[in-house]
Amino acid sequence: MDLTNQIVELLRKTATQLPEDITIGLQEAYQKETNSTGKEILNNILTNLEKAKSESKPICQDTGIPIFYIKRPKNITEEELTRDIIKATNIATEQVPLRPNAVDCISGENKGNVPIIHFKESNEPNKLMIKLILKGGGSENISGIYKLPNQKLNAHRNLQGVKKCIIDSIFQAQGKGCPPYIVGVAVGSCIEEVAHNSKQQLLRKIDDKNITPILEILEKKTLNELNKLNIGPLGLGGNSTCLGVKITSSISHPASYFVGISISCWALRKGTLKLSEEVKS
Amino acid sequence: MIRLTTPLKTEDIIKLNVGDKILISGTIFTARDKVHLFLLEKSEKEQNIRTKINNGIIYHCGPIIKNNQVISAGPTTSNRMSLYTPQLIEEHNIKAIIGKGGMSKEVKEALKGKAVYLSAVGGAGVLYANSMKVKSTYKKEFGMAEAIWEFEVKDFPVIVSIDAKGNSLYDKVYNKSKEVYEELIK
Repeated sequence: MDLTNQIVELLRKTATQLPEDITIGLQEAYQKETNSTGKEILNNILTNLEKAKSESKPICQDTGIPIFYIKRPKNITEEELTRDIIKATNIATEQVPLRPNAVDCISGENKGNVPIIHFKESNEPNKLMIKLILKGGGSENISGIYKLPNQKLNAHRNLQGVKKCIIDSIFQAQGKGCPPYIVGVAVGSCIEEVAHNSKQQLLRKIDDKNITPILEILEKKTLNELNKLNIGPLGLGGNSTCLGVKITSSISHPASYFVGISISCWALRKGTLKLSEEVKS
Repeated sequence: MIRLTTPLKTEDIIKLNVGDKILISGTIFTARDKVHLFLLEKSEKEQNIRTKINNGIIYHCGPIIKNNQVISAGPTTSNRMSLYTPQLIEEHNIKAIIGKGGMSKEVKEALKGKAVYLSAVGGAGVLYANSMKVKSTYKKEFGMAEAIWEFEVKDFPVIVSIDAKGNSLYDKVYNKSKEVYEELIK
């Protein structure tokens, strides 16, 4: 089975069209925005989305790092999928086109685009799920990890402390990462876990409900407070600072309590490719 | 709406106020991290490229170009270039900088009486690309996103966010958000 063409299309669609939940979030923000500059910026953003879709061009010139999250059945190997994804990424870089964003940290050589791939084995036979985020650099630069307790924020190891970390990260970021932002948060015991889980929270629909009621309340409350900061679209003022806050938590260690915060710009480019029957052949 | 055409005159620049909406027509040059270091190098070699941007407009942008057509070309985060910008304004007599997210207080000082910082909408890559044409490219070896692209633009829309009098829209937003922030994390 060769999935190259389907993955090229997934990359193309994700780079050139925003998913419906984010588009609706931006349209609602436009309706609600009271700051005239903020409203005009949101109008430009919406016009840009229409043009990008109709002309099939990347919404933003920073087409990001392609990050794949894969649930694979046992009959498809990681090797096969990795091969197809790398091939598809190279083709999409030429054809969509995506901006060549992979720069060797030591030599400075540009290597086109190099995807990051996370695998999970699924118990369901013959069902393959590929999720993709094209993660822009501007909002990645304002993402980070907090360690609680934090003296400066007077933040402790509780949900109030978590909320303070989120508010601090958006306040420090101001307009540098292209608000209105979508914020993914994970609480846990080690740094790679909270980094990974917080990024994956960005895959949730912005209008969904958290399965943990206390986190659902925290998400709503935090979003409401973030939108009081008046940072606004592109940091030029207004009440549309964030479109959504998504929080997950796991187990902490008696000595460690980390809060990972992954921030996306308004152009949260995420896509899904689901295959079932095809996988059998 | 104010229309400005390059070459920009200092007397026109210093009249601008934060919040003014501008349409720019003429020539602009992209410059990101690598190009800033290149422009500030003290070397006789490639001096002809360095002087091209003199008295001009810098655009913080790493575009997507295909077959010399501009596909997507919104602004990149300006603050990374803050460190180099006062010297760039001084040595190259830069008249305007287009970017997003604002710049440091040192840049705000360096702009006084000389130049303005203009905000474009981050992420609106296609909107801007449609008003841009490639004139020339320099330092292609830096790669597509990092090269110097000389663009011809028509009615390129921006907002004055740091003017030449020391006013900054970003400071205003920051100060207002700081009051709320201090209440929220009490």
